[in-house]
Amino acid sequence: MIENVTKAALYVHENLVIRRNRICPEHGYEDRGRICVVTGAHGDELEGQFVCYELIRRINAEKEKLRGTVDIYPALNPLGMDTGVRTVPIMDMDLNHMFPGQKDGTMMDKVIASIVDSLKGAEVVIDVHASDTFVKEIPQARISEEFEDMMVPYAKQLNIDLIWINAATTVHESSLASSMCKLGVPALIMEMGLGNRINREYGEQVVDGILHLMHKLCLWEGEDIPVKEPRIIRNDDISFIRASESGIFMPLAENDTFVTKGTVLGEMIDPLLGEVIYQVKAKCDGRLFTLREHPLAYEGALIGRILKEEKEKSS
Amino acid sequence: MKEQIIFSMKAPYREDFQIKGYSFGKGMKSACILGPIRGNEVQQLYICSQLIKALRELEKNGCITNNKEILVIPCINYYSMNVGRKFWPVDNTDINRMFPGNEEESTSSRIASGLLKAIKDYSYGIQFASFYLNGEFVPHVRMMETGYQNTSLANLFGLPYVVVRKPQPIDTKTLNFNWQNEMTAAFSVYTNSNDQVDEKSAKQAVAAVLRFLTRMGLIKYESHSGYISHIILEEDLSNVSSMKSGIFKRLIETGQEVRYGQELGYVIDPFLGDVVETIVADTEGIVFFSHTEPLVNEGDIVYRLIHRLHE
Repeated sequence: MIENVTKAALYVHENLVIRRNRICPEHGYEDRGRICVVTGAHGDELEGQFVCYELIRRINAEKEKLRGTVDIYPALNPLGMDTGVRTVPIMDMDLNHMFPGQKDGTMMDKVIASIVDSLKGAEVVIDVHASDTFVKEIPQARISEEFEDMMVPYAKQLNIDLIWINAATTVHESSLASSMCKLGVPALIMEMGLGNRINREYGEQVVDGILHLMHKLCLWEGEDIPVKEPRIIRNDDISFIRASESGIFMPLAENDTFVTKGTVLGEMIDPLLGEVIYQVKAKCDGRLFTLREHPLAYEGALIGRILKEEKEKSS
Repeated sequence: MKEQIIFSMKAPYREDFQIKGYSFGKGMKSACILGPIRGNEVQQLYICSQLIKALRELEKNGCITNNKEILVIPCINYYSMNVGRKFWPVDNTDINRMFPGNEEESTSSRIASGLLKAIKDYSYGIQFASFYLNGEFVPHVRMMETGYQNTSLANLFGLPYVVVRKPQPIDTKTLNFNWQNEMTAAFSVYTNSNDQVDEKSAKQAVAAVLRFLTRMGLIKYESHSGYISHIILEEDLSNVSSMKSGIFKRLIETGQEVRYGQELGYVIDPFLGDVVETIVADTEGIVFFSHTEPLVNEGDIVYRLIHRLHE
């Protein structure tokens, strides 16, 4: 059932509508609780679109096995999605830095407060993100240290590769996940892939995970696929590689591969002089789990991240 | 006047990014004045340029107090200004949401870190800032309630109002919040314009800063005493929102006194031309903020009133 979570009239002859698809158990079956999957807070992150589609498709295919309510919100920032921009158009503000909203604030504050109200009471809220347009990520959950004990048990069920505790910018206290946790509603952020792209394999992987979590919460009696055991990491476990000089980054390594100290990950080139400014090298052995996709890199720009001391599993 | 480079960085396609500062006097780091962190803050740039002009003159006449140094950084984010963007042009990050910054992290975090490092030792910090709501404010000094805020000092600017804001999660990454945490007495000064130069309020801002510097004993300057500021808690401002969307016709100017039930503006149907809403004051008081855009969304804040205050 498609529902309007909130609606507000825009300048000229149009409404801003936040919609969700609510799927309930078939008549006669118990409704044991509610899970919410939200995405589209950033208009340049599309990975969650396939997750929504695939989750709805799989549940509808075996709807008689559903034992709880599933609320799916494909676009928290519909105008950003429509225009392909990260922020809320005109305001140019990051929606995920505006939570929990305010009932007497601006139009967007009110819209956000309504979204928050609609999520209250859920067993868990999963906020699906897609990195940004600059770097590519492998599927992971991000949780603030403050809510680690509450959220890690949920994140472990989601068939992801990593659980990153305290990735500061994404779990900032004005984010949806942090705000919901403060209200006592378990919520976490999932990150994967790349902005403006959809990776079907990653999408299928996390939908397997969401259905597994629903199974654990007794909300789903359909197929339950065994999930990966994610590694729990903190900033100290990561070697961050940032541009030491500005230039155009040309990768020579693939993301999600194992590298050794000194491996050349790419070259920073100068298109005016036709020279390599410097070679970007791995500073340690480990799994390259983030890699830059956007070539232009200013000093300080993120080039990659290596998960230290992770060895390739022998087959 | 001494020119110095506060922060610099090479860019692939543009001249090096350099934040420049202009210092007056020598000795104790006494006051630091900052211009635009966002690319649309043209008024703030203009005010800083006029302050530098005034301080140059005062220095020439020996009016900077001995052993006191005043630093003015007229523009931080001119890279965005030159390409018509509000935020850092490469990744659209807001430098004013990156503080305290980190010199090992992202580009805008490095800029924030480099800037704060250069200005954190000044006793007084004054930032010409802009608010997230587009519109017109009564000129005022704004400070965060960090526990270190000092409204008595803010009063010395002699502007009509001092606003104290309880920090929200979104505020903890701003310069003002982090500057105060570095024990600088930090003030944000707002005039009634951002992307246009408003000569009258710019002059008022320049005079307010010179008045403050005089009262803190940093310059010798004869100025009008200004106002005894009215202290307002931001949460006590009364918001007036539109219930309809369309074309907004403002009837009341910022700073005007209004009575309960007075008509403040109209919302006009953008297709049919009919007035679909008459916005009225839900309290008596002074208009602190007004929406100046010609269009309005349902639920937008169109006025903020200082409840029960009279001229």
